[in-house]
Order: sequence, then structure tokens, then C-alpha cells
Amino acid sequence: MKRLLAGEEAAFLELVRTHHGRLIRLALTFVADRSVAEEVVQETWLGVLNGLRSFEGRSSLKTWICRILANRAKSRAVREGRMISFASLAESDGEDEPAVEPERFTSAGRWSQPPESWSGDTPEKLVLREETRAVLDEAIAELPPIQRAVLTLRDVEGVDSASICNVLEITETNQRVLLHRARSRLRRKLERYLKKV
Amino acid sequence: MLTCKELTEIITDYIEGRLTLFQRISFQLHLGMCRHCRAYLRQMRLTVRTLGKMPTMSVPQDVEQELLKRFRDWKR
Repeated sequence: MKRLLAGEEAAFLELVRTHHGRLIRLALTFVADRSVAEEVVQETWLGVLNGLRSFEGRSSLKTWICRILANRAKSRAVREGRMISFASLAESDGEDEPAVEPERFTSAGRWSQPPESWSGDTPEKLVLREETRAVLDEAIAELPPIQRAVLTLRDVEGVDSASICNVLEITETNQRVLLHRARSRLRRKLERYLKKV
Repeated sequence: MLTCKELTEIITDYIEGRLTLFQRISFQLHLGMCRHCRAYLRQMRLTVRTLGKMPTMSVPQDVEQELLKRFRDWKR
């Protein structure tokens, strides 16, 4: 942050390179079009520059950037007359999808087809494999938009849950339910993939 | 007594530290006795941590140059 305010170009580039791709992913949960998402992210960076000197550090830099993005993306979507409120999406995301296929449990709720150990796999090793990344990317893209937004913010960006509720205007309970569904889906995809390799 | 199936439904609240004290104790008691659920918890944690390590798409050169230009203007 100090380096940024001192006008160090390397610090700014580092910030852009770290967040740009993720911001695009996040923007795509608000607007449907890739090129619009890219515009929104560029506008976000300009917003970051405009606000940088008055940024008080009450939230983390990351959270602050995500909030700017969410606001830009929302007003953009409103302008195009296709704003979907996340609160209403969160409410309608009601289908009770179980975390694990029910047939993997006995009638007493014990594992009948238990998960296998993924030991030896570390996150570092997993993401190094291009194929694993593709599996995860695809799985994220297939999530319902609201789940995708929550998961991207929480797990990919590492934003705290209070800020997520604030950015997406959803309740804490909704946020946790959505996160749970999204994570469970991704675990299932990874499991299916790791079984094959 | 918490079942394996129930455990898979409250696991996110466990990881996020949102269980009540009583729920947390039941959760941990179950884990202590059930290696399958321990494996499941490890899988969930690994999934979450892997997501946190996802590399980002690279920034297109022209976008980077444009932003850098704006940064230079901002400095002045």
C-alpha cells in the first residue's frame, strides 16, 4: 500500500496482475458478456486509482476493490436493464441439493461408499496440473451465478464473509448456505476427476 | 449422535467456525471415531485451499499498458 501511494509502478502492476483475472471472473457473475466484464474491470481499476489516496484501510485492499467492482458491475447491469438482485437469487436458490449423493450412505446415514483418501495431493500439486485447473474452472463456470459469486469471493479471493454479505447484499445465513453448496459441488467434481487419473 | 450424512451438511459451518459449541463437540467426537469423515474433511479442506491457489488469467498487454499509463497520470 505504501509502495502504491509512493507511485511505485511495480507495485501497481503487481496489484493488477494479482487481481485482474479474478475480477473478470467476479464481474462475469454480474454481467453476462465477457467484453462487458472486461470493461467493468477496467473501470474498476480507474475507480481504484481515484479512491486510492482516500482509502482508509478500514477493510482490506482486496475487499475494497471487490466492492468497487460490484458497484460498477451492478450499475452497468442496471443500465442494461438486466439487473438481477442477488438477494432474490439467494432466496430462489432453494433447491436442497445434498452435499454428497444420497446413495453413498446407508439408511442409517453412515458411509456405504466412503471417500477415498487424496493423500499425497497438496493444493500446490493439484493446481500445477493444467487439467485440474481446467476441471475447477469449468466447475466454477457451471455454478449458479450467486453461488459462483460467493465462492469466488470467499475461496478464490479470500474475502471475509461479512464483506461478502455487504458486497452482494445477502444475509449471512444465505451466504453460508450458498458457499456450502458451491464447495460441495466442487469437491464432487474434483473427486470424480481424481478417480479417473 | 451425528451421522456421517449429517456431518457432510454442516461441514462448511465447521470449517468457517460457525457451529455452536455443542455442535462443534458432536462434530469432533464423530471425527474422532470415523476415518471416512476425516477423509471427507480433508477433501473439503483441500478443495478450498486449491481454489485459493488458482492462478489468475494473465492481463492482456494492451490493457496493462493502458492501466500503467493511467497510473502515471494519477501520480502527477
